[in-house]
Amino acid sequence: MSSVSATVQDVFNEPACPKNAAKSEKERKKGCTKQLQPGGAAGGCAFDGAKIALQPITDVAHLVHGPIACEGNSWDNRGAYSSGSTLYRTGFTTDLNETDVVFGGEKRLYKSIKEIIEKYNPPSVFVYQTCVPAMIGDDIDAVCKAASKKFGKPIVPVNSPGFVGPKNLGNKLAGEALLAHVIGTVEPEYTTPYDVNIIGEYNLAGEMWQVEPLLKEIGFRILSCISGDAKYTDVASSHRARATMMVCSKAMINITRKLEDLYGIPYFEGSFYGIGDMSDSLRQLAQLVIDRGAPAEFMDRVEAVIAREEKLAWDEIMSYLPRLKGKKVLLITGGVKSWSVVAALQEVGMEIVGTSVKKSTKEDKERIKELMGEDAHAFDDMSPREMYKMLKDARADIMLSGGRSQFIALKANMPWLDINQERHHAYSGYKGMVDLVKEIDKALYNPIWDQVRTIAPWQNAADSWQAKADAEAAREAAELAADPAKAEAKRRSKKICKCKTVDLGTIEDAISTGALTTVEQVVDITHAGSGCTGCRGAIGGILEGLAGGPVVELTLEERRAVKICNCKDVTRGMIEDAVHAKNLTTVAEVTEATNAGGGCTSCCDTIDDILSEIVAPIAVAAE
Amino acid sequence: MAIVEIGKKACAVNPLKMSQPIGGALAFMGIRDSMPLFHGSQGCTSFGLVLFVRHFKEAIPLQTTAMSEVATVLGGYENVEQAIVNISNKQKARLIGICSTGVTETKGDDVDAYISLVRQQHPELDDIALVYVSTPDFKDAFQDGWEKTVAKIIEKLVKEPEPDVARDQKKLVVLPGSQYTPGDLDELRDIIEGFGFEPLFLPDLAASLDGHIPDDFTPTSLGGISLEEIAALGDAAHCIALGSHMKLAAETLQKKAGVPFKLFERMIGLLPTDAFIAHLMEISGREVPLRIKRQRSQLVDAMLDGHFHTGGKKIAMGLEPDFFYDLSSFLVEMGCHITAAVSTNATPILEKVQCESVLIGDLEDLERLGAGCDLLITHAHGRQASERLHIPLFRMGLPIFDRLGAGHITAVGYRGARDLIFDIANMFIANAHVARPDTWYPHPAEGADSLASPTVAH
Ligand code: SF4
Repeated sequence: MSSVSATVQDVFNEPACPKNAAKSEKERKKGCTKQLQPGGAAGGCAFDGAKIALQPITDVAHLVHGPIACEGNSWDNRGAYSSGSTLYRTGFTTDLNETDVVFGGEKRLYKSIKEIIEKYNPPSVFVYQTCVPAMIGDDIDAVCKAASKKFGKPIVPVNSPGFVGPKNLGNKLAGEALLAHVIGTVEPEYTTPYDVNIIGEYNLAGEMWQVEPLLKEIGFRILSCISGDAKYTDVASSHRARATMMVCSKAMINITRKLEDLYGIPYFEGSFYGIGDMSDSLRQLAQLVIDRGAPAEFMDRVEAVIAREEKLAWDEIMSYLPRLKGKKVLLITGGVKSWSVVAALQEVGMEIVGTSVKKSTKEDKERIKELMGEDAHAFDDMSPREMYKMLKDARADIMLSGGRSQFIALKANMPWLDINQERHHAYSGYKGMVDLVKEIDKALYNPIWDQVRTIAPWQNAADSWQAKADAEAAREAAELAADPAKAEAKRRSKKICKCKTVDLGTIEDAISTGALTTVEQVVDITHAGSGCTGCRGAIGGILEGLAGGPVVELTLEERRAVKICNCKDVTRGMIEDAVHAKNLTTVAEVTEATNAGGGCTSCCDTIDDILSEIVAPIAVAAE
Repeated sequence: MAIVEIGKKACAVNPLKMSQPIGGALAFMGIRDSMPLFHGSQGCTSFGLVLFVRHFKEAIPLQTTAMSEVATVLGGYENVEQAIVNISNKQKARLIGICSTGVTETKGDDVDAYISLVRQQHPELDDIALVYVSTPDFKDAFQDGWEKTVAKIIEKLVKEPEPDVARDQKKLVVLPGSQYTPGDLDELRDIIEGFGFEPLFLPDLAASLDGHIPDDFTPTSLGGISLEEIAALGDAAHCIALGSHMKLAAETLQKKAGVPFKLFERMIGLLPTDAFIAHLMEISGREVPLRIKRQRSQLVDAMLDGHFHTGGKKIAMGLEPDFFYDLSSFLVEMGCHITAAVSTNATPILEKVQCESVLIGDLEDLERLGAGCDLLITHAHGRQASERLHIPLFRMGLPIFDRLGAGHITAVGYRGARDLIFDIANMFIANAHVARPDTWYPHPAEGADSLASPTVAH
């Protein structure tokens, strides 16, 4: 187990993770692991994460060492597609029984590997450690080593027992396993200047196939995709690529960075979601291979394909404009894959309730942040009745969110579309974005909505649960209005930091008793903002509010020098200049012009603020 | 009568089995205002949650004590305590049903002791019921988790009636096995009410997981039997247990409250339903309602129509023991042969299955044994074998994640059996081999070269 904890520490030290770079030494050691709440909702375990990351390698046998719970309850439930072998969908588990738990499961594991090789003869077996064998001290590394030797095949230990942490940690531990045992062990038959790796893409619902043909048409060779629709040898030879694209998530950043460190393969972080992002990614990938010696004309091929595909996609999307114009979308997710999804929706005239609404006031912003908060958290904390109220208050026509909230939406008779989870529909690339718009249209115009909203002939409208919920909400509101103390208590009970469960009152008290002035002090004392750090903006707001104005008055120049986009290194001044010079009006345009917001997209709200500050006066001036 | 063989493989391939705690959790979900809680790492809970959501297509109440690596080593009292407090405060659950998992059983957490300590520390939680069931993942399977949980609920929550209690002659307790769907329970309720009884199902998934639109949103279970109803089960005049694994629960109720029970090991098919109806006639002293009489004749008719298609068919079946016994017996009564039989764990009921042998194994075994069969019957994970063997799959059991309506599949009662025959026979009809020119002999046209070809005409 000590080797696991060492690897875990290593993963937490990931310097290329921007979130990490912003943390102190002590914080970093704690890792990105959120404090888990007993009796709070459950996310997947590290084993789950490791399996998600590696199972898409299609020709490998994935063997889960543990009791039946880990594999038996979950196998073949992940939507990665394969163009070849189906072995990855076969569930292998040692199904440990009581005797194994008492006497150790190593023998059974070894025999299992042997059986798999005899029956299925895969190029490799990946062995996943789970909690129970980790507790009883089964040394899967040793077993795998012995088996590799005996059977002359790479048997790869994946040391990611569930209880070391959540899914995203498991993703990284999976990466470590690949780095330690797989990558660099096979030389490709030949190489080309156009060899690239795509990392962090799992080919869910076949989304890679919305992108791969274009890459090939342009002339790239995908040396390895980690791990969507991958073969073992592809992954093993990925160290010979010329460039790496890391797909959006930070899940596999450790592989990406070590490929750069050890083999000098440069990378960029990009996304295939959304038209703009897709085009950008193609350009960036091309630029990287050109920088490493591919002919500069290569970019022309890229541009030609981009121009063609963008036109096709926009033409098709615009055909939905008459049907979708003016419809309100409630977007509830931390997982919007890209801001350009939002851009596409806005392009067809849809109004996004809950994201970058132009000219929104400060209060609007707060509300939006609330709506957009990390979805899992937002929903866990919200009672379903509150959620219903929110749906209603938003007066939305359709809700786009992650899978967790679907039942609320559907039971509230609200059209709903899952945009986080690509299990059923692929939304990648140009075609994917068209499909997304198509799906929204389909959901919105389905004739069932009017029918399911009618009440039964024997029912009184006032008796419906909707009416009851409304009445209940009205009663609560009245109660709060009548009782200022209660209203104040409710206001103070608002949760600001969802990771550490810190409410507004606690923060306000800490600020006034400790006479705090900076966000860091608040973090230190209340621990709010020490988890995912997402609420630090809000803490700043609270400080400002209590201080009766911005905490520190900045001079104009200081203000212009403030970095807005940390990913792309863009300051407020640069954005303001671009907005003035090019008459920009949307966040997407700003991103296009300055790159700000083109990274993790967390600054898009701020960009929108800047826009509304500038654009509104211009509009007035023009009148 | 089958010989039960235990597989000798070290490695389970394509598991048929699911773990014990999720069987326990599902039983808790059939109780109103309850929150099942896994004492273990978060991942186990997450997998269980996803499994049920995909099967029932409903929001599922299920919580975790979120044991970290460190907590696992130190013991989980604090996690259990915190979870209980949080669930009581946030979700307003009235019953918290705690199932242990492999992780906490390996460490040997004494949850019963934890609960007494929580009781001492938190008098404010006195009116919240806490029921703990030991369900290690590395032992037994889904059905067993259900069995133990229902028995434990009775042991802990049913009040002992006064010794001279006047038994409520209308009150009939039904203890359904884990294999019965919400649809099955509704069918049974309908039948039982037809005899003037007021049935109480423990657990009652029909009221909680049948996909109805709730009147209010609740994070706990939506419906089901209430705690008050459970507490008052003791004065019931009758109890019916469905499936051999419900014997334990029925005996517990008898011991505790003196409720006599009748156990039905089978519920599917004409004869089992006849036996069930006969029992209801006897204990109620009532005539059989007209509609049930009509349903019986419909079933008989369906059997007559269906037997042409089901007769002689070879079935490969992989299900948990009690369900296996019930469904396979029905199919044998329709003229089918069970030629490949795989189940999850050895229980005596499997010896009664009418086939040569039942293997305790996985879906790889079923795929190997099932080659050449006419129909595959198992849960949705049989889809890969079905594809590879080119044998149609009839989805039964849990999970069924790739079809809608899993909760409404109804097999019990005359109506259920009637529809089941239609569904299965239709699969045979759809996949019937149509005679082709070369079905019996190589077609002459293919050997035409050597003969004077009749097509040559100049
Ligand atoms: S938390 Fe541990 S025991 Fe539970 S599913 Fe994950 S690896 Fe298995």
